[in-house]
Amino acid sequence: MRLTYILPLILFVLIGLGLAVGLTLNPREIPSALIGKPVPEFALAPVQGRAQGLSTADLKTGQASVVNVFASWCVPCRVEHPLLMALKRDNLVPIHGLNYKDDPADVAKWLDQLGDPFSRTGADRNGRVGIDWGVYGVPETFVVDGAGQIVCKHVGPLMEWDLDNKIRPLLRDLAAGRASKVKC
Amino acid sequence: MIPELGHIALILALCFALVQGVLPLAGAARGIPGWIALAPQAAMGQVLLVAFAFGCMTYAYVTSDFSVLNVAENSHTLKPMLYKVSGVWGNHEGSLLLWILILTIFGAAVALFGRNLPATLKARVLAIQGLIGVGFLSFILFTSNPFARLLPAPLEGRGLNPLLQDPGLAFHPPFLYLGYVGFSVAFSFAVAALIEGRVDPAWARWVRPWTLAAWCFLTIGIAMGSWWAYYELGWGGWWFWDPVENASFMPWLAGTALLHSAVVVEKRDTLKSWTVLLAILTFSLSLLGTFLVRSGVINSVHAFATDPTRGVFILIFLAVVVGGSLALYAFRAPALQGVGVFAPLSREGALILNNLLLAVACAAVLLGTLYPLALDAINGTKVSVGPQYFNAVFVPLMAPLIAAVAIGPLLAWKRGDLAAALRRLLPAAVAVILALAIGLWLHNERGFMALLGLGLAAWLGLGALCELALRVKLFAAPLADSLQRARFLPRAAWGMTVAHLGVALLVLGITVSETWQVEVQQVMKPGEIVQVGPVQYRFQGVTPVKGPNYTALQGRFEVIEDGAVVREMRPAQRRYQQPPMETTEAAIRPSVWADLYAVVGEGDAERGWVVRLYWKPLVSWIWLGALVMAFGGFLSLSDRRLRVGAPAARRTAAAAAAE
Repeated sequence: MRLTYILPLILFVLIGLGLAVGLTLNPREIPSALIGKPVPEFALAPVQGRAQGLSTADLKTGQASVVNVFASWCVPCRVEHPLLMALKRDNLVPIHGLNYKDDPADVAKWLDQLGDPFSRTGADRNGRVGIDWGVYGVPETFVVDGAGQIVCKHVGPLMEWDLDNKIRPLLRDLAAGRASKVKC
Repeated sequence: MIPELGHIALILALCFALVQGVLPLAGAARGIPGWIALAPQAAMGQVLLVAFAFGCMTYAYVTSDFSVLNVAENSHTLKPMLYKVSGVWGNHEGSLLLWILILTIFGAAVALFGRNLPATLKARVLAIQGLIGVGFLSFILFTSNPFARLLPAPLEGRGLNPLLQDPGLAFHPPFLYLGYVGFSVAFSFAVAALIEGRVDPAWARWVRPWTLAAWCFLTIGIAMGSWWAYYELGWGGWWFWDPVENASFMPWLAGTALLHSAVVVEKRDTLKSWTVLLAILTFSLSLLGTFLVRSGVINSVHAFATDPTRGVFILIFLAVVVGGSLALYAFRAPALQGVGVFAPLSREGALILNNLLLAVACAAVLLGTLYPLALDAINGTKVSVGPQYFNAVFVPLMAPLIAAVAIGPLLAWKRGDLAAALRRLLPAAVAVILALAIGLWLHNERGFMALLGLGLAAWLGLGALCELALRVKLFAAPLADSLQRARFLPRAAWGMTVAHLGVALLVLGITVSETWQVEVQQVMKPGEIVQVGPVQYRFQGVTPVKGPNYTALQGRFEVIEDGAVVREMRPAQRRYQQPPMETTEAAIRPSVWADLYAVVGEGDAERGWVVRLYWKPLVSWIWLGALVMAFGGFLSLSDRRLRVGAPAARRTAAAAAAE
């Protein structure tokens, strides 16, 4: 009989513990259903003023690559842009741009003014290819291995920390052909 | 200068709250009248100080004082005045300030209107209110100072989230908080009763008006939120089982159960420990909602910008308030023994069934809300619990509840006669058969759910009217006699009937709109006509327009009914500059029988525009039903029996008559 009166407290303690653990987690971390899967089939024309478009074949060259989903209207993209430039200077792998729902003139201006970190760019004017890639919000960054399999997905702007602890170690592991311990 | 004064007022309010929380409690325990008498004065002082601080914040918003960080982050000079004012509570810090203001208003109201409460009980209730105030004032002062300065001040503010620039949402939080915080009074009464070790009918009579008021406000608040989601998000739906919606719905379910169980305590002096537990749980769920929204553990359109220290603070606060009160409950509740005995088939039994179903429904919502969190905490799996789960759980719980709501009021206290009650519900049964016949005639693939909903709505609606008719002896006595009886029927009885009718309207609105709604989604070019239910929409094209702080692409539709153009609808896609964001402005023509709802999406002149057009029969009855429920609550609240001070007034009148 006594137990019935203590039961609410016990239940609350359990819920409270769960909430305490929940506080340490990040709800915005979204695992991609595409990790471990081959990149979707697509072929995009280059953005205005660039010669090289982006298609599935360009991601299956035997060399790993980074695909960055960006747009000139996206403010966080501007934040991560210098880091992409830095990653380009590392000369580890080619970085490709997937220009998402953008105005051709705007994106050309953006790349001319801020610098162009991309080896290839694809203009996804209507966002169809973005849907195939499971793009959830711009910017997003994918790491693709030489066989064209998506290895890692990063949602939101890349930070220095992400480059140092996720992207760069992962790219080195891929280049060396060893299994990576980097958690994505 | 003025923001600093506001800040100082908040610090002083914290001091008052500390005094209010500690001394009266000690005074009541030791019998020190001076300390007991402090409680109302501290409560009054606290409300004045917090109101002053709130005024300072409002002043900073109205004058666009961007040297205040909060104003700079959430306001903009171009914003219309209404949204400058509502911007005060459109953000984490300001909404917390509003929460505290309402908390102190309730505290002061208890101090003012609780004149007929026993002195020690009143002191203890106010002290618990004071302690809750200490928690929230510390929270705002130590983790979320709304008066923090930003130097140098920017020339322009960042603007309020455009989704929140809407009259429905401007008033939605205040009502919601009046509900959430109103339940704190029931909580304080429950904890005070546990400390005193006494729960009796008088206690229930004091608790009920506060609970009822909070419940009415919460009902309106939730209805407004749902109405906002309906017309502002442009998704065509009105309830999404979003974690934050659930956070407001759980206290509502528990509060509804509390309202009904308090009746049993008041009339029959039993079900005491359960009622006290419900009072604790209802407010605890309000606090849990606050935690979920503000700590960042969940991701939702409603969630505020997050900060881990805030989460830790609220969790500790939650542990102290909820854990403390439940521990007290575990110690003291066994002593609260009920007096009245009753058969399972009785008014008490029906109310227990009501409580059981509402409590299980509440637990189901809690489970659905916390399950993704629990799974993530255990093994990192990300899931979301969607409408499928909630609908699957809710319908089987609500259907018997609604069926029983019609019967309950016809059962007598102690021992009821179910057969007699059902005989009296004969007209309702006839209405059910009629409703089912109409449902079958209108035939739809959602067949079973539609018939169930129609049947329940007819049963409850007519059942509530039958009960009223029996009370006033309609048709049994001359009409004049019946009208006379109706006039002298207690307001509480009217309130119950009206509130139950509101539930019937709500069920009818949900059923009909979900079942017979027509939705057309397609690409349209200017000049094209599409049939949506009984009306036609003719697309007239899209034109750019400019608003005070946004630009928009506005689509125009002519609505054609029976060959004649009846009106024009102009849905839009707005693009706000500050902060840069796009919103969908659905065009809605609400009416009693069916809402027309149009949304224009992306597209261009050559290929046409993506449009979504709806015909939504009886959808407005959903909110109408909720408002009728709240109106029933207010009606009941105006009952003389509950009006504070009324018993005393009656006593003096009786004493005067005796002399």
